[in-house]
Amino acid sequence: MASSPAPLPTSIDETVALLKRASYVGDRALATVIFLSLKLERPLFLEGEAGVGKTEIGKVLAATLGRRLIRLQCYEGLDVATAVYEWNYPAQMMAIRLAEASGDHDRDRIEHDIFSPRYLIKRPLLQALEIGDGGAPVLLIDEVDRADEAFEAFLLEVLSDFQVTIPELGVVKAETPPIVVITSNRTREIHDALKRRCLYHWLGYPDAERERAILRAKAQRAPERLTAEIVAFVQRLRKQDLFKAPGVAESLDWASALTELDALALDPAQVSDTLGVLLKYQDDIAKVKGAKAQQLIDEARAELKLAEPR
Amino acid sequence: MGVDGGTDQGAPPSDGAVVGDELTRVDAEASLNVPSPSGKLAENILYFARALRDAGLPVGPGAVLDAVAAIEAAGVGERGDFHDVLHAVFVKRHEHTLIFDQAFAIFWRRKGFVEKLLAAMSPEARPDKEKSAKAEAGATRVADALFKNAGDDKNAAPSLDLDARLTMSSVEVLQSKDFAQMNAAEIAKAQALVADLVLPEDRLKTRRHAPATRGLRFDPRRSFRRSLRAGGAIDLVRQAPILRHPPIVALLDISGSMAEYTRLFLHFLHALGRERRVSTFLFGTRLTNVTRALQLRDPDDALARCSSEVVDWSGGTRIGASLHRFNREWSRRVLGQGAIVLMFTDGLERDDTRELALEMERLGKSCRRLIWLNPLLRYDAFAAKAQGVKAMLPFVDEFRPIHNLASMADLCAALRGEAVGARFDPRRWLKAA
Repeated sequence: MASSPAPLPTSIDETVALLKRASYVGDRALATVIFLSLKLERPLFLEGEAGVGKTEIGKVLAATLGRRLIRLQCYEGLDVATAVYEWNYPAQMMAIRLAEASGDHDRDRIEHDIFSPRYLIKRPLLQALEIGDGGAPVLLIDEVDRADEAFEAFLLEVLSDFQVTIPELGVVKAETPPIVVITSNRTREIHDALKRRCLYHWLGYPDAERERAILRAKAQRAPERLTAEIVAFVQRLRKQDLFKAPGVAESLDWASALTELDALALDPAQVSDTLGVLLKYQDDIAKVKGAKAQQLIDEARAELKLAEPR
Repeated sequence: MGVDGGTDQGAPPSDGAVVGDELTRVDAEASLNVPSPSGKLAENILYFARALRDAGLPVGPGAVLDAVAAIEAAGVGERGDFHDVLHAVFVKRHEHTLIFDQAFAIFWRRKGFVEKLLAAMSPEARPDKEKSAKAEAGATRVADALFKNAGDDKNAAPSLDLDARLTMSSVEVLQSKDFAQMNAAEIAKAQALVADLVLPEDRLKTRRHAPATRGLRFDPRRSFRRSLRAGGAIDLVRQAPILRHPPIVALLDISGSMAEYTRLFLHFLHALGRERRVSTFLFGTRLTNVTRALQLRDPDDALARCSSEVVDWSGGTRIGASLHRFNREWSRRVLGQGAIVLMFTDGLERDDTRELALEMERLGKSCRRLIWLNPLLRYDAFAAKAQGVKAMLPFVDEFRPIHNLASMADLCAALRGEAVGARFDPRRWLKAA
C-alpha cells in the first residue's frame, strides 16, 4: 500500500513509462493529460463509455505513485453528510448523558468535548484533504454523473479551494491538494463549470494493436492465437450496429472465460454460448448469435491470415 | 524543467510551423501583449484560442493562460504532443474534438491561414457578403416554409371571426380553435395563453431531504444541533423528501403536414423548460438536438434559433430511422432520472414499419412514460389504419390529441398524473382498427 510516495513524473515520456510499469496500456494523449493534471494540479475529468478503463486510471496512479486511494462512489442523493463528514450522534448523546449523570454541568466544557475530532466521522472528501505520511492521496470520484446538480456545485467549491468548513471545528485546508480523478459515464451532461475546472479527456475504445497489448498484459494465461482472434472478433463486433458495444473490460472477461473453457481458438458454438460475457442486451445477443457470429469469426480469421508475415 | 523543446525535436514540423524554436525561448511570464520573440508562441496560442472561439468552442481567457502554462510545463517539441497539450486544455466536450482537430491542422501550418480558418469553420462568420445573404435568405425561407400562417383560412370560417369580436368568449373560442386555422394575431394570443397555462404539478420525490414541519422522518443532525442550543431538551426536527419535476424529452416530427402545430408546441415546451429540464429533438429525415436553442429566455428568439439549426424541413418522415439514431446516441444521456417522453408525430411512416416497431419498443422500455401526441386525432373519424400508426400504438402509454389549447391543458392535467381515462388508452384504437 502506501510506502514512501514516489516523485511525480516530470515529462510526458516519464508518464508513459509510469503507465507502462503499471501494465496500463494507454495512448500518448492520455499520458499527456495525466502529466498536465499532475503538474498543473488540476483535477482530471475522464469521460467515456462503460468499461474502457476510466476507474482503472485512479487505481493505477495510486499504485505507481505510492499514494493512498480514496474512492467516492457517487449516487443520486449524495450529500455533505455522506461525502464530507458527519458527527457521531449516538456517541455524542451518550457523552452528554454521562456528563450529566456524573454531575458535570459546565456547558462550555461539555460542548468543547462533544465537538472534538474524536466524534467526527470523516468521509472521503475530508479524508482526501488530510495528508498522511504517504503524501497527498489520490481522490477518485467515480461516476459523478449519477450524483445530482447540487452535489456538482458543492464539488466545484471544494475542488477550487481544497478546503472545507466544519462550523464547530473551523476550516480544514489541504496543505497539498490531492490528486483528483473524476469519471463519468455520460448518462447526464455535467455542468460546464465543473468541466472547465478540470482537464478533460475522452476515453474511447482502443484500436486493434492497443487492445492486443492490453490483453497480453492483463490476460496472460490466454494462448497467443486465441488473443489475436478475440481482438479481431471484438473489433469487428464494435463496428456492428449494436445498442451497446463491448468495452475493454468485457473483452478481458471474455478472454478469461474462454481460457477457463480451454479454448485455443474461437469456436462458433462456444462463442455463441459465451456471448453473454461480451454483450449485455438481449437484442444485441439475438443479432449476433449463430450465423452472424460465424461470419465474424471467418472474417477475423481471414484478416489475421492476411496480416501474417509470410 | 522541461523547456528544451529545441534539443529533442523529433519529427520535423511541416513547412512554416512555429512550433520548434519559439519553445526554447518561452519565459515564465509569457506576457501576451509583449511583442518580443519570446512572446510569439503565446500570441499564436491566443490567436488560436480566438479562432476556436469563433468556431464555436467555449474558450475563455483563463483557458489561454492555462494553455501557455501547460505548454511551458510540458516543454513540447513534437507536433503530436503539442496537439495533445492544447487539446487537454481547450476541449471540454467529446463533440468538440473534431472541430479542434480540424482547427489545429489548419492553424498551425501557416499563420496566414487564420482568416481562412475563420471563414471556413465558423457558421456565423461573414467573410463575404453574398454568403451571408444566401444564408439569411435560406433561414427566412425556412422560417416561412415552416411557420406559414394559414392566412387564406380566414375566408373559410367567417363565423368564427364574428364570435372573436366579443371579448368575453374570445378566449374560450381560442381554447378550442385548431392551431392550423389560426391567423397570425390568434397565434400570438395563443402563445401568450400557452405561457400562462397551468403547468403540471407533477413533482416526484427524490432521495434528498429538507426540513419540513410535517415530515415523516427525523433529521438527527438538526435535532441534535437544536437541542444543544436549547440546553438539554431534545427537540426533534422532521424532514421530508425534496420534490422535483421529472425531466421531459420531446421528439418532434417536423415534416410538412405537422408544420402549423409544431410552432405552438415548441412554445409549450419552452414554457415547460422554465421549471425543469426539457430536452427537445426535431426529426424529419434527420434528427437534430435543439435543446440549447430552446433554452433562450425569449420564446421567439428560441424558435428562431431552432429553425436556423435544423437542416431539413422537407416533407417525408423516417420515424424509424430517427428513433434508431435517438436510441443509439441520446437515450442513455437524456432519459435518466425518470424522464417522460412526449412524441409529437402523425405516425405516417415512409419506410418499413418493422424497424419502427422495434425502436418504439426500446424507447417505451427506457423511459418512465411515453405519451404520443397526434394532431390527426382532431378528426373524429380517425382510425388507426396506417401501418406506422399500428406499429407504434402498442408501445405507448397514452395516445392524445394536441391540435388546440384545450388539448394542451389536458396534457398538463395528464402530466400531473391524473387518471388517464379510457379515452386516451391506445388499446382502444388498436381494437377499433
